[in-house]
Amino acid sequence: MHQFVNLTLGGVTSGVIFASVALALVLIWRSTRVVNFAQGAMAMFTTYIAVSVIDRHWSYWAAFFVALAAGLVLGAVVERVLVRPVESGPPLNAVILTLGVFIVLEAIVPMIWGSKNRTYPPHFSIIGYKVGSTHYALSPFDLFTIVAVIVLVTALFLLFQKTDLGLRMRASAFSPEVSRLLGVRVGRMLTLGWALAALVGSLAGVLVPPSTLTSLTPNYMDPFLIFGFTAAILGGLDSPIGALVGGVALGLGLSYVGGYLSTDLETLGALVILIAVLMVRPEGIFASTRQRRV
Amino acid sequence: MTDTTEAPPQLPVEPGDATARRQSLGPAATAAVVVIAAAVAAILAAVGGNAPLAPWGVAIVGLLLAGATGTGRLWLPASPLLRHLLLAVVAFGFLLLFSDHVSAFGNYEIAQVAYFAVAVAGLSVLMGHSGQLSLGHGALMAVGAYAVAILMGHQPHVPIVVALLFGIIVTIAVGGVLGVAAARLHGPYLAGVTLTFALAIPEIATHYRSVFGADTGKPVRTLGVPGWLSTTFPPEKWLAWVCIGGALIALVLLANVVHSGRGRRVRCVRDDEIAASLAGIEVGRAKVLAFVVSAACAGFWAGVVSPGAFALTLSLSLVTAMVLGGVGSLVGAVWGAIALVFVPKYSDSISKHFSLSVATKNNLPLAIYGAVLILAILAFPYGIQGGLRRLARRFHLTYRPLEGR
Amino acid sequence: MKRQPTHRRRMPIRLAAGIALIAMIAVACGSSSKKNTSSGTTPTSSSSGGPNTASAPGVTATDITIGSHQPLTGVAAPGYDEIAPAANAYFSWVNDHGGVHGRKITYKFLDDMYDPAQTTSVVRQLVLQDNVFAIFNGLGTPTHSAVVDYLNSSKVPDLFVASGCVCWNQPVQHPYTFGWQTDYVIEGEIQGQYIAKNLAGKKIGYFVQNDDFGQGGVKGLDTQIPASSVVSRQTYVTSNINVAPQIQALQAAGAQVVVLYTVPPFTALALLSAAKIGYHPTWVVSNVGSDPLTLAGLLQNFSKGAAGASLAEGIITDAYAAPVGDTASPWNQLFKQIHDKYISNLPFDGNVAYGMGVAYTFVEALIAAGQNPTRDSIVKAVASGKLGSGGGLVPFSYSSTNHQGFSGVQMGTIQNGVIVLTGTPYTATDTGNIQPYTTPPGAPPPNGIPPGA
Repeated sequence: MHQFVNLTLGGVTSGVIFASVALALVLIWRSTRVVNFAQGAMAMFTTYIAVSVIDRHWSYWAAFFVALAAGLVLGAVVERVLVRPVESGPPLNAVILTLGVFIVLEAIVPMIWGSKNRTYPPHFSIIGYKVGSTHYALSPFDLFTIVAVIVLVTALFLLFQKTDLGLRMRASAFSPEVSRLLGVRVGRMLTLGWALAALVGSLAGVLVPPSTLTSLTPNYMDPFLIFGFTAAILGGLDSPIGALVGGVALGLGLSYVGGYLSTDLETLGALVILIAVLMVRPEGIFASTRQRRV
Repeated sequence: MTDTTEAPPQLPVEPGDATARRQSLGPAATAAVVVIAAAVAAILAAVGGNAPLAPWGVAIVGLLLAGATGTGRLWLPASPLLRHLLLAVVAFGFLLLFSDHVSAFGNYEIAQVAYFAVAVAGLSVLMGHSGQLSLGHGALMAVGAYAVAILMGHQPHVPIVVALLFGIIVTIAVGGVLGVAAARLHGPYLAGVTLTFALAIPEIATHYRSVFGADTGKPVRTLGVPGWLSTTFPPEKWLAWVCIGGALIALVLLANVVHSGRGRRVRCVRDDEIAASLAGIEVGRAKVLAFVVSAACAGFWAGVVSPGAFALTLSLSLVTAMVLGGVGSLVGAVWGAIALVFVPKYSDSISKHFSLSVATKNNLPLAIYGAVLILAILAFPYGIQGGLRRLARRFHLTYRPLEGR
Repeated sequence: MKRQPTHRRRMPIRLAAGIALIAMIAVACGSSSKKNTSSGTTPTSSSSGGPNTASAPGVTATDITIGSHQPLTGVAAPGYDEIAPAANAYFSWVNDHGGVHGRKITYKFLDDMYDPAQTTSVVRQLVLQDNVFAIFNGLGTPTHSAVVDYLNSSKVPDLFVASGCVCWNQPVQHPYTFGWQTDYVIEGEIQGQYIAKNLAGKKIGYFVQNDDFGQGGVKGLDTQIPASSVVSRQTYVTSNINVAPQIQALQAAGAQVVVLYTVPPFTALALLSAAKIGYHPTWVVSNVGSDPLTLAGLLQNFSKGAAGASLAEGIITDAYAAPVGDTASPWNQLFKQIHDKYISNLPFDGNVAYGMGVAYTFVEALIAAGQNPTRDSIVKAVASGKLGSGGGLVPFSYSSTNHQGFSGVQMGTIQNGVIVLTGTPYTATDTGNIQPYTTPPGAPPPNGIPPGA
């Protein structure tokens, strides 16, 4: 029983991180129909920027917000400079471009920051909460992770559904030509979409190292990109709700596979879950567009 | 989609076939192009301090360029199969002679280029002709390599060909399962499943330690030089010969697949995702052959088959090589493979020249690959082979399309 | 309608890319044209008279080149990436004092990222292209396993592998390969004896790397610890950082003592994961993963809520040379002097002392190989068993039938961030036979260089 509770708690914590990566991928897909393989690497890059801030003895919160702001900027720059020219071409080109960005970011980070080992400090304790005399696998930092993701997702939801800006962004994604005719600056909206997505990704980036209790390395976000992508597909690439549900479900699934079977088999478990879901619903659980039947 | 007896659909005529014969300027122009390329290659080789190799480098570059111009079609047999076989035989003989003149390490590099070329060619055909992004090739290579290594470990006296066949059968089986699962998927969904597949397969190797050797991997016994060669025949040269031979066979089969009716049908549905998924994502036998040959040679080359060799970086490197060489082009695969093997060497020289730190030195090849990918997509989407064809077009040597075969 | 980039827009990018590419090729070709040194035949007389000759690959009259594969980047890099620079610092010290028989030692160590496939590539390059005299201190059990057959079939001396796997001790199959550090089975036996004596009756758990490193330690431990005491055996692989299930399983089984055969990042991970669930067993850690300074670096920032470097306090571990915290040891003083002169940017920790220690042994072997060493002469020199064990607490076990290295360890605990030794050193063999060894190590030679250089 104790093990089940611990595995569930661990699964939820990692699940919300998958969900935030998945949400970033979904936002970009909805706005520009591109799979951003560089999402994990972008988050890693902004986390390293945050580490530089901490090295200068600024506070954790300053570093936190610097990471998020850097994410906004990086997302906007990547979209405007690199992705915009290929958005109208074959989709394969844009995807390969993001692969290129992924490789470049992972390569230049050690060049700039050196290969010395660094750790990212958690601002909250990593020791699990105590109930009676037993510690559970949920620490104050884990709670912060869950809360932070929920807060950001809620803020984005409000932005998209309740504000003018959000309406314009949704319109640009749904029907760019008509939006242009109505006076919406579609290009700007797409850039903003990427910027917000990268913001969500950066949040995941700073939450991961203390959550996994490991040091920063240039490829620490790789498994989270893959599982985030898997979660996005599980939930349906068009659906933000799907990203959340898919993320948490995947986190729980992987946790149980790792706990009851073996940690060696986690990715295999993800593959099985993915194939099982896609066989039944090829567009993901919450997809709104059905497969075109010819 | 099955081969039926009905006539293939009417396709737009590929300009290259007929018009090349009519409007190409023939032997003189070809010779001019080859001579110019020869001069460039000779200069580079001499500057690189390897003057004795210059004529060989020249010849290789010249031949590949001649391929780009497509003027070979003038005096080669019309039937694609015969043409490819003839080219392969000539290439084989030529490369065997070349392997005599390089050092032992040079032969290792030739073998490396060979197995990368085959892997990239398989990937290129798959992606170029279906328009779908599949990242599962690393996993298929892992399956093939482990199958060959395990068989050779259990039955040391099995000839290589049998081991390769075994590897191909196993890989087709696994690939078939993946194909069934992925048949209803397209676009990013296919990419996601194949990516997860690519990373899940090495996990099996890690988990079942007794069979697969976990992170240490499975040793691959060195390719023994067969009895009918002299006893002083260096093993690296034999490795190079085996890899070159396997690569050429696989390339001929791939070229044939591309030029068959089935290949044309797949190409014509490429740009419509729904239709492409209807035609099925074919994990064709030729592509599987390419991956298995490549993986087996990589196993012989490294002496070990380990999960680390099939990590994400392999898939990404192959994609880079494919894009650099030219998507869908078999000759482009050779360019890409050459780049993949020699970029790290040259980046080491650059690092030494500028006295860069260890971290920078180690990551420079990766940074170059990434920058190349980005540049290629933005400015040279048809890769080296496409660029050469564009040049050849400018000189009215060919009217072949910029991408494909 | 989105604009397609026009031909005009693409041209400047293409031109720039083309020019950059040609420039890079020119630079690369230019600098690679100063190729390898040709074997110089100009004789240099050394102190023992007679000219130096180019007596073997990698040896010239003035120079000797050796190579190595090291995890300079990647999962195993923290801590281990200091070993080769430290060895190189010792070689620089020797070179600055005239070298060995008038020859300077050039040490080429290349990054293999702890990946066996990369190791084969890198070692082949060193042997075939860089023409090294020997491979020295190749690091890692899975990595070096990939090249040991190749090196022996090519008759390249494979000296002092940086790994304690018993697989390097195969004089018949691998006559050119020698270990250096105490092998994992012997370490496990001596740790097991300590546990059986000092922690008798407690429940024991294992958490080990799932390869020859971890399994070797388990083999040794099992010869000393009764099977009924071992309540849980858990493993990990370096490619997967999720170890929470294994730690939770150890806690659930009630293990009061946990033995770790882990590389430093995974030692830290185990400590942190256990602290998270409030699990504080007695930790017994292999010397491979217990360097206090390295651990402190991995743990440092996780300091809220009594985590952090204090987690390493009280760890039981072992050593086969004086730990760096023992500032009274003349060997550590020598090494600190060399460290301050050449690699002061690195911390002075166990990895640095290790690198310098193994470099000292290599120089001893090179001296004993004769004025004009050959590959066979250096192998014979090591197998002769006459090499002094430097600052080692126990002697080497080298002989014509034993290629293993240090023959034992002494136990100790981490107190205030340094390892403090307790009891006496013990020697053992792979089949037991644990004996105390009380002869203290000798002092280093006056200038820190083995006599006869």
